[in-house]
Amino acid sequence: MSTAAAPAAPILSVNNIEVIYDHVILVLKGVSLEVAEGRIVALLGANGAGKSTTLKAISNLLAAERGDVTKGTIEFKGRRVDKLTPNQLVRMGVCQVMEGRHCFQHLTVEENLLTGAFTRRISRAELRADLERVYHYFPRLKQRRTSQSGYTSGGEQQMTAIGRALMAKPTTILLDEPSMGLAPQIVEEIFGIVRDLNAKERVSFLLAEQNTMIALRYANYGYILENGRVVMDGDAGELANNEDVKEFYLGLSTAGRKSFRDVKHYRRRKRWLA
Amino acid sequence: MTFFFEVLIGGLLSGVMYSLVALGFVLIYKASGVFNFAQGALVFMAALTFVGLTEMGLGFAMALAVTLVVMIAGALLTERLVLRKLVNQPQITLFMATIGLTFFIEGLTQLVWGSQPRGLDLGIPDQPIEWVLDRAGIVVSQFELFAAGVAAVMVAALALFFQKTRIGRGLRAVADDHQAAQSIGIPLHLIWAYVWAAAGFVALVAGLLWGARNGVQFALTFTALKALPVLILGGFESVPGAIIGGLIIGAVEKLAEVYVGPMVGGGIEGWVAYVIALLFLLVRPEGLFGEKHIDRV
Ligand SMILES: Nc1ncnc2c1ncn2[C@@H]1O[C@H](COP(=O)(O)OP(=O)(O)OP(=O)(O)O)[C@@H](O)[C@H]1O
Ligand SMILES: [Mg+2]
Repeated sequence: MSTAAAPAAPILSVNNIEVIYDHVILVLKGVSLEVAEGRIVALLGANGAGKSTTLKAISNLLAAERGDVTKGTIEFKGRRVDKLTPNQLVRMGVCQVMEGRHCFQHLTVEENLLTGAFTRRISRAELRADLERVYHYFPRLKQRRTSQSGYTSGGEQQMTAIGRALMAKPTTILLDEPSMGLAPQIVEEIFGIVRDLNAKERVSFLLAEQNTMIALRYANYGYILENGRVVMDGDAGELANNEDVKEFYLGLSTAGRKSFRDVKHYRRRKRWLA
Repeated sequence: MTFFFEVLIGGLLSGVMYSLVALGFVLIYKASGVFNFAQGALVFMAALTFVGLTEMGLGFAMALAVTLVVMIAGALLTERLVLRKLVNQPQITLFMATIGLTFFIEGLTQLVWGSQPRGLDLGIPDQPIEWVLDRAGIVVSQFELFAAGVAAVMVAALALFFQKTRIGRGLRAVADDHQAAQSIGIPLHLIWAYVWAAAGFVALVAGLLWGARNGVQFALTFTALKALPVLILGGFESVPGAIIGGLIIGAVEKLAEVYVGPMVGGGIEGWVAYVIALLFLLVRPEGLFGEKHIDRV
């Protein structure tokens, strides 16, 4: 791992897990990774590589999709957690923000945030204070607090989803594709807040992203997943400069950026196919 | 004109009781996506248990309390022993399970309490309120007014519970997106337990009201099926829908019986509700208050 300073102890470690969907579809073929306390760790890879599956395996959300961890172990703060319920895991401090945000559409933004505190039995005053803490990071949510979540913008929904997770007071957040479908400016804003939360609240992040470039800019460490296996890992800076990573995931090659024409052509074809 | 109002008011008041049964369905459907066919059986079970207990010599309050405990315990057991095992199965499987449950509850209830029809007296006579009769010349049944009042209080209490409490919010969250609810630590089975217990409670109130009106007998389970047209009208996921739907079905049923019935030889009260529901289904399948699916990307 990193040579700088003493490596922080891993708060979360995934050891050689295998995941099977529907009893037959083998999706993860032995994935191992670690998240050191207080770090942002990126989990990168193309469509279908198994990023979301890895996160759901950790937070025990696979059952609802008939998925099952058939091998390997998952430890959080040194304790085996692979047999816990999502509820127990949230109470230990691990919370997932799912891909596609999954806000409660018919609840208001503020009600969405309040559901995040479901596992904590706290007073009204504390609840209020925690809401303010979330609004401090996401001032936009305060303006939209009485809007039905389903009618807020994609960026606001992503903020709601992260804010909702914060209300559970987690020490580790599993964040799945926060950039999905958002304008670059909003993506930067959200990643900025993630960095803030990491620095000020000491929340560790495991961040699944297809958007390799931006993820590596904000993360400390990265893993690259391909076909259900980790094919490469290293410090974010090293990965960002690695030739293969550049070629395959950043769309850059030694010959320079792919021509704009190619990209356009590809887009057009995709639209036809869709 | 007074006659028209008399029929209308009578219809609305009995409609409130349809609403009450429909509410039991809505609660469970909202939280777990299960169409609980056994709701009618629960109504029957509640009424018969209550009557059986009073026959054993228990006072009103005591019998009510014990029945409530039985209903809630039954609901929790159902959640624990049947539904939790079937979680993540296709909806049709769960629906079939509730059909099985229906026959089980009906059989068990009759095994314990016997199957002869019985009367149930809540102490409120089914007589016109004289005050209204004197002033407006309209017959309004005391009992029906009382039943409507009880139903209204129940509904208000449930609405408040949904909107303002931690569990209520959790329940709406589960109804919206159960995986997301799990991801922030809301335990589904806890929510389901609450919902089934609430449905058991609603069944108890409905069972007492219906039982007092029509007698406690097996036919109660069919009365509960009247909730179906109500649900089609009001939308399966909507509490206000269940209420308005019940009122509409109640009123239209009575009006049709009185004004249209004679033209076709009478006896249409039993099925006119289903015709309305069918017509409605063709025009607005999601119901009057069916939740709009918010589509925005
Ligand atoms: N519920 C499921 N049942 C069967 N197969 C599944 C299920 N969910 C995912 N898969 C398969 O598992 C593989 C990995 O999916 P996963 O969602 O983990 O990928 P991902 O890396 O998150 O991709 P993306 O970037 O598109 O989100 C894919 O091939 C997918 O088809
Ligand atoms: Mg994914």
